[in-house]
Amino acid sequence: MGKTIIEKILQKHSSSGKLEDFIYAKVDFCFGNDITAPLSVKEFKKAGFDSVFDTKKIGFICDHFVPARDLKAANNVKLLREFSKKFKIKHFYDIDKCGIEHAFLPESGLIKPGELVIGADSHTCTYGALGLASFGVGSTDLAGAMKEGKLWLKVPETIKFVYEGELPAWVGGKDLILHTIGKIGVDGALYTVMEFCGPAIRKLSMDDRFTMCNMAIEAGGKTGIIAPDEKTVSYMKKVNPKTKIRLEKSDPDAAYKEIIKINVTNLKPQVSCPHLPSNVSDVDKLKKVKVDQVVVGSCTNGRLSDLEIAARVVKGKKVKKSLRAIVFPATPNIYRQAYKKKYLEILHEAGFIISPPTCGPCLGGHAGVLDKGEVAIATTNRNFVGRMGHPESFVYLSGPAVAAASAITGRITHPDEILKRR
Amino acid sequence: MIIKGKVHKFGDNINTDDIIAAKYLDSQDHIFLGSKAMENIDPGFSKRVQKGEIIVAGKNFGCGSSREHAPWALKGCGISIVIAESFARIFYRNSINVGLVIMVCSQTSKINAGDNLKVDLTQGLIYDQELKKEFKSETFPSFMQEIITSGGLINWIKRKKKK
Repeated sequence: MGKTIIEKILQKHSSSGKLEDFIYAKVDFCFGNDITAPLSVKEFKKAGFDSVFDTKKIGFICDHFVPARDLKAANNVKLLREFSKKFKIKHFYDIDKCGIEHAFLPESGLIKPGELVIGADSHTCTYGALGLASFGVGSTDLAGAMKEGKLWLKVPETIKFVYEGELPAWVGGKDLILHTIGKIGVDGALYTVMEFCGPAIRKLSMDDRFTMCNMAIEAGGKTGIIAPDEKTVSYMKKVNPKTKIRLEKSDPDAAYKEIIKINVTNLKPQVSCPHLPSNVSDVDKLKKVKVDQVVVGSCTNGRLSDLEIAARVVKGKKVKKSLRAIVFPATPNIYRQAYKKKYLEILHEAGFIISPPTCGPCLGGHAGVLDKGEVAIATTNRNFVGRMGHPESFVYLSGPAVAAASAITGRITHPDEILKRR
Repeated sequence: MIIKGKVHKFGDNINTDDIIAAKYLDSQDHIFLGSKAMENIDPGFSKRVQKGEIIVAGKNFGCGSSREHAPWALKGCGISIVIAESFARIFYRNSINVGLVIMVCSQTSKINAGDNLKVDLTQGLIYDQELKKEFKSETFPSFMQEIITSGGLINWIKRKKKK
């Protein structure tokens, strides 16, 4: 019996060398952010640990409530900075050096295909797009890993998703993953790995692949993964020229829990309605939904190609009066590139405000919180009750093209409605 | 070990934003987090909960973010055990790691809000005193049982080191 890509990676990292039901796995990199890592530090200290397993394999990436929204947030960043200094942890980053963790870590070149990465943040699954095993865990898991360099894991089953057909205009990674979550539900992949493959995936850019793997958690998945190919290799060459990459993939006779085929040829841009990511609808059915705020950004869709799409849609147009439109380039590096390529200028001219990188409004943290009764369309990843602020506010999730088009009309809008087809 | 307590009932897909809203995540104080538990979906919940009471819920309890603040908040407001039809993965491992008692039971839909339960953790049995019915829970794999009986992940690591 062959093995899936995730089984191969886990076996390589298993302390016993075997692939048992539960393994104590060696981690190549572990990290937390400004809200999860302080809790890890608290547990680490409480346990009386006095050393870390490897000063170069631990990261603190401050991105949630920063630039500090208040004193408590500032204090949490300071706590991590001081802890890093004390234990000589190399990869401490404040917001101006990193931006959003799940966009920053891949572009930093710190993580590579075939590795095992854990992060105290549920969207750690994003990195599966590079063909590595990445799992979101809790703060105590991180505290344990910081000391031991290891993590207990149940070896998961895998569901294989095969995407066939040709991607229509304005349909990207976000639409594929929203459609998939709509199909299988928010617990449709509970405890299992979502392996994305098929000809439509091979054609997706790395940015779109990150978006897809990012939302595996929204279907309950343990992670998402895409076997590396020439696009992965050229991405890695850019971010870390020294990397040697083994093009690991699942064996043809690997065992899957299920194989789900999805034809994308007739797929419309997808929108997820309040209050679950699985409440998915074609964009055309939501034309009458008026919005008060548009958010383009986040670890899901704050990358350069997302900003390019948003800029392309709004170029030469104006954001609807009385609507707030906010764009969050995910990292300083993406910000710089979007600036040079004039995407930010186009968005600004249209009436978007350009925010510094932060998770900010995605989780109702700051920089774009909704009041009672307000409605947002956002390129973020969750639309739970109160996710972006007031418990009686409403969040619709979409890709950047629909969010940008909606900023122009003030209601949920297909980009074709304001633009000629590409 | 036996846990006795009154049931607070919740449905399917109770997410971590429901359990503890993100705006409070800058705190690491369990008691403070507990005072805000379930605020978005059930205002006043933490004030109504008496120490030792029980949450019974449907499928996919704890879905969403990895915030360990969620199990800490439930512990902090006095919840003794969460019994659900299924748990989201990270919430499940967080609960085991921090010592919040959880149980998987396929028949939680039969248990009503306000019922008094007697839960036998060793036997994995849930007795509903109002329904006069007994339900069986799924047993934990022995690997997880080891972490649970150690009193959480940190103690498990320490115990392993001593061996």
